[in-house]
Amino acid sequence: MSEKDVKNLEEIFEARIARDEKIEPKDWMPEKYRQTHIRQISQHAHSEIIGMLPEGNWITRAPSLRRKAALLAKVQDEAGHGLYLYSACETLGISRDELYEQLHSGKAKYSSIFNYPTITWADMGAIGWLVDGAAIINQVPLCNTSFGPYARAMVRVCKEESFHQRQGYEIMLTLCRGTEEQKAMAQDALNRWWWPSLMMFGPTDAESVHTEQSMKWKLKRKSNDELRQQFIDQTVPQADLLGITIPDPDLKWNEEKGQYDFGEIDWDEFWQVVKGHGPCNKERMNARVNAWNNGEWVRDAAMAYAEKNEKRKVAKAS
Amino acid sequence: MTEKRNWPLWEIFVRSKNGLEHRHFGSLHAADAEMALENARDVYTRRNEGVSIWVVESKHITASNPVNNGEMFEPAKDKVYRHPTFYDLPDEVKHM
Repeated sequence: MSEKDVKNLEEIFEARIARDEKIEPKDWMPEKYRQTHIRQISQHAHSEIIGMLPEGNWITRAPSLRRKAALLAKVQDEAGHGLYLYSACETLGISRDELYEQLHSGKAKYSSIFNYPTITWADMGAIGWLVDGAAIINQVPLCNTSFGPYARAMVRVCKEESFHQRQGYEIMLTLCRGTEEQKAMAQDALNRWWWPSLMMFGPTDAESVHTEQSMKWKLKRKSNDELRQQFIDQTVPQADLLGITIPDPDLKWNEEKGQYDFGEIDWDEFWQVVKGHGPCNKERMNARVNAWNNGEWVRDAAMAYAEKNEKRKVAKAS
Repeated sequence: MTEKRNWPLWEIFVRSKNGLEHRHFGSLHAADAEMALENARDVYTRRNEGVSIWVVESKHITASNPVNNGEMFEPAKDKVYRHPTFYDLPDEVKHM
């Protein structure tokens, strides 16, 4: 294909997206569109899979059978969400093994929030309430993104995610209505998870390198700062209802703007964690790589069994 | 030693309730058809989304190529006489 042909195809492609047409896997697409989508969808899938680890930590120690069943279901959902997203990503011509390899080698990233430790039961509440709350705000606009398989996966994910946030808030509510000690535990969890949750929306608009292109491809429909503001505005009243305090002395209602003003985010911390120096980066990656390596014999045995059965079937038929 | 094979990809179709057709829900990896069914149950029907599941190994699906959409689908476009609105009838004719 000549350069002119490619340019022509690119124009047709951009026009289709501008008309809100969806792009399907076998359609022609610019290489950059493909690569950007592989990067974002796989990062999203990895986040779901790594996101199982901090919560998996509390399944055996959940305070009641009701809480245990709910947490187990939530973690299982996250495995499911990872699978929807890996499948969507594979339609772009990359194999599951390559995707895992990128995660395990550190080439691909996952959401930094999962590199923080879950040290008390209240963290299960704070994660559901704040982390899933932030994830929902990030994900809802993606249900309309231009790449069909990603949009369809996101519709399923968003439908299931709302239970996650509600079960988290219910845990917080129970703790806040409990003893002084339990309420203090909820406050402590909010103190530790608040700022990392705000960082989930990514760098400020001024610093964000991918925003412009992603907006054009409808891979992003609102900017990082807009989404972060939306999260703060909807979460502050929820903290008030719990009777606990958001750990930001600069947080106050701005009557004129009709939104909350908030304090400076510690971006050094954000970049440290992204670069692998968070409290649990090594632990998460080790757990993931070990699970994969230690499960290899099971995957091989299943394949050997399937092949043996297949051969038997062929032998019988002939 | 034979070359190591990975679990193949399967396409999953789910009937959400009797009376409706099976619809494509997504795909997953499994060693064989039985495992594909079990995994599909866990991945796609955790909230009563289905009463029946079909699994087909992805390599068995033959798909049309969007590059050929012109010769594939355009011939239908100029055959407007296949649609009821093509025929001019007076308003007095009812129920037709």
